[in-house]
Amino acid sequence: MLSRVADSMYWMNRYLERAENYARFLDVNFNLSLELPPKIAQQWMPLVITTGDKLLYESLNDKADKNKVIYFLSFEEKNANSILSSVTKARENARAIRPEITKEVWEQINYIYYLVKDGKSSSQWKKKDPRNFFNEVKKGCQLLNGIFDSTISRTDGWHFGKIGQLIERADKTSRVLDVKYHMLLPATESVGSPFDLIQWAALLKSVSAYDMYRKKYGKLNSSSICEFLVLDKVFPRSMLRCLAHAEQSLHKITGGGEGYSNSAEKQIGILKSQLEYEDIDGIFKFGLHEYLDEFQLKLNEVSGAVFDTFFSIEKTY
Amino acid sequence: MAKIDFHNYDTRGFYDEMFDGDANIRSHYSFFSEKIKKMGWKKLKFLQYSTDRAQLSLGMTFNVYGGDQGIERILPLDIIPRIISVKDWDFIERGLKQRIMALNMFIDDIYHDQKVIKDKIVPGELIQSSSTYRPQCRGLNPAQNIWCHISGTDIIRGNDGQFYVLEDNLRCPSGVSYMLENREILKRTFPEIFEKLHVRPVYDYSHHLRDMMESLSHASPSTIAVLTPGIYNSAYFEHAYLAQQMGAELVEGRDLVVKDDFVYMLTTRGLRRVDVIYRRVDDDFIDPLVFREDSVLGVPGLFDVYKKGNVVLVNAPGTGVADDKAVYAYIPRIIKYYLDEEMILPNVHTYICSEEKDLKYVLENMKDLVVKQTDASGGYGMLIGPKSTKAEIEEFKKKIQNNPRNYIAQPVINLSRVPTLIEGAIEGRHVDLRPYILFGKEINIIPGALTRVALKKGSLVVNSSQGGGSKDTWVLAE
Repeated sequence: MLSRVADSMYWMNRYLERAENYARFLDVNFNLSLELPPKIAQQWMPLVITTGDKLLYESLNDKADKNKVIYFLSFEEKNANSILSSVTKARENARAIRPEITKEVWEQINYIYYLVKDGKSSSQWKKKDPRNFFNEVKKGCQLLNGIFDSTISRTDGWHFGKIGQLIERADKTSRVLDVKYHMLLPATESVGSPFDLIQWAALLKSVSAYDMYRKKYGKLNSSSICEFLVLDKVFPRSMLRCLAHAEQSLHKITGGGEGYSNSAEKQIGILKSQLEYEDIDGIFKFGLHEYLDEFQLKLNEVSGAVFDTFFSIEKTY
Repeated sequence: MAKIDFHNYDTRGFYDEMFDGDANIRSHYSFFSEKIKKMGWKKLKFLQYSTDRAQLSLGMTFNVYGGDQGIERILPLDIIPRIISVKDWDFIERGLKQRIMALNMFIDDIYHDQKVIKDKIVPGELIQSSSTYRPQCRGLNPAQNIWCHISGTDIIRGNDGQFYVLEDNLRCPSGVSYMLENREILKRTFPEIFEKLHVRPVYDYSHHLRDMMESLSHASPSTIAVLTPGIYNSAYFEHAYLAQQMGAELVEGRDLVVKDDFVYMLTTRGLRRVDVIYRRVDDDFIDPLVFREDSVLGVPGLFDVYKKGNVVLVNAPGTGVADDKAVYAYIPRIIKYYLDEEMILPNVHTYICSEEKDLKYVLENMKDLVVKQTDASGGYGMLIGPKSTKAEIEEFKKKIQNNPRNYIAQPVINLSRVPTLIEGAIEGRHVDLRPYILFGKEINIIPGALTRVALKKGSLVVNSSQGGGSKDTWVLAE
């Protein structure tokens, strides 16, 4: 497959996964804002911090209130990662590889694009309850995932798409988990208090992990939640599971089985193994925030290695 | 529910495709008109609305030049079809086959012996001065001597009911994707009409296109690619669409490299050879080593590989010399010269500004003429005399006098009209007709066309960039 096409397939899926994740955690944070104890201010800044776009946000806004943050993360075109920017870029990538995807996939991406554009023109961020909009975006993306999986042959293109999606998903799970680090607990509430638990539950919901978590652990507690989101072997959005799947797709592309045959496989293999042999106490000892930070850096290196190995072939012929 | 009738439909002054001079329905429209009259306004308007939505969701959009990048428009599709009778189509088909055969021989001659010049049929200066003549192509021998594999000829019908060729488009004309998608949409709009009326299908265009391209290559199986300037090109939708329909690779210049006299694509598994390229990049931009050196859309070395016969380009470079608007005036003579036949599909009478007598006439009669720049297309660079102000005419006169070779003029032809849905009423709007011709083992004309319609009242300019729309074109089987 053309290197440029592989590259677009990868990014199309990354951007869509990003849009879906943004919609999900905006939805959850909105929910959370409805259940605050008396006299507690809503917390929107942590969302901005987790996305890594705090500086840009502050250059455009003087304060972090609900409407402004929702606008910034959903519709701000200057924000390269907003939902609107993401779906626009996903659509551009889809357009560039139109012959490689099915009509159904293209039409669904197109649908999501118009959904978000219409969301902007109907000022969703000013609405009393924008959750319906976020839900539509989320469902639109989930439907797309289904169409993608059920209409595209498992050729290299599909696998590059998967790798993009899974790397993005691992990144977003790690960032959502990090939100908790930035969320302030009111002085009267301590770790393990009811409000602390509401925040943790919200966090699980942001990555659609609440039901599966409950089934496995029953009780909510911070250490189990972290264990679930970082190290679970079977939950599809845990960081470990995402990497394991992405590694499998890489092997499918190269035809390799064990070990590695290029730097992309090597880096992802190492990162996955680190998680495989990790336990949650070790992570806490290292510092959760620091651990997640380092994970994100290494994940960027994986992404870079995929680019060098498959997409920038000009240098090698 | 308000009934649809045509009592107030104005047929005066122009040839109408649906009604004859006495406002009676022409027989090839009668079945359609019966059906639509039973439908009622509400249904008709709803069908038009769903059609607009369908175009958006299919992403049938194009970018407009000159505007901000990223401005996307749809080419509005009017749901009332343009229907062509068996007899008319038969005539058009014979005329086009003759024309394309002769034009191909003309191009081949121009780049070889130039007999047509030596025999004083076409003046040599006209060719030398044509901005679409490519001296680099002298001596080229394209596979099977075919130069113009794909063309889309613009045909109009005048007040006299006669069809005329207005322009030959031999440089990979666009619009065929609209012909195909319009049909898909209208089949959803009027299923009960399609069920009964025998409209000839167009869906196999992409199969014919692929077969034609494969037939030109020695390689088997051959790798076929569509070369596009990229997603910001106004016809990108079509490039992607055709690649997808043919199962071909869609490539940009940066995806291709020349190595050891062959063309290769850069893939995730290394280099892969390409055998046939349907290039939707103009001659000037295909190879910076031979044509414009500032081009980033092409592939350095491509032309050399092509000359060696190691890759097929569709269409061949240099075909533009035959659709130059000044050469157009000589086509009746060109057909006679190569085929010893009278022209079947007539030309519109054309004044050549580089000829003194014609120039004088043109300058004196600007207000009654359409003046066109010989190397422009897409409705750009033209002046419609009767619709222009004095100042505009004066300005154009200067342009002509500065460079007469660059201009031709024609009498204004009042394009025929087809009923069109305009803001809840049905009114006549002017149309043209662009059928698509494939030239491989034989000349194959797809029984259908893109009918472009000038949506603005009174307008004769049908180009999409100038407020035009389109109609599905039904060629009847019986």
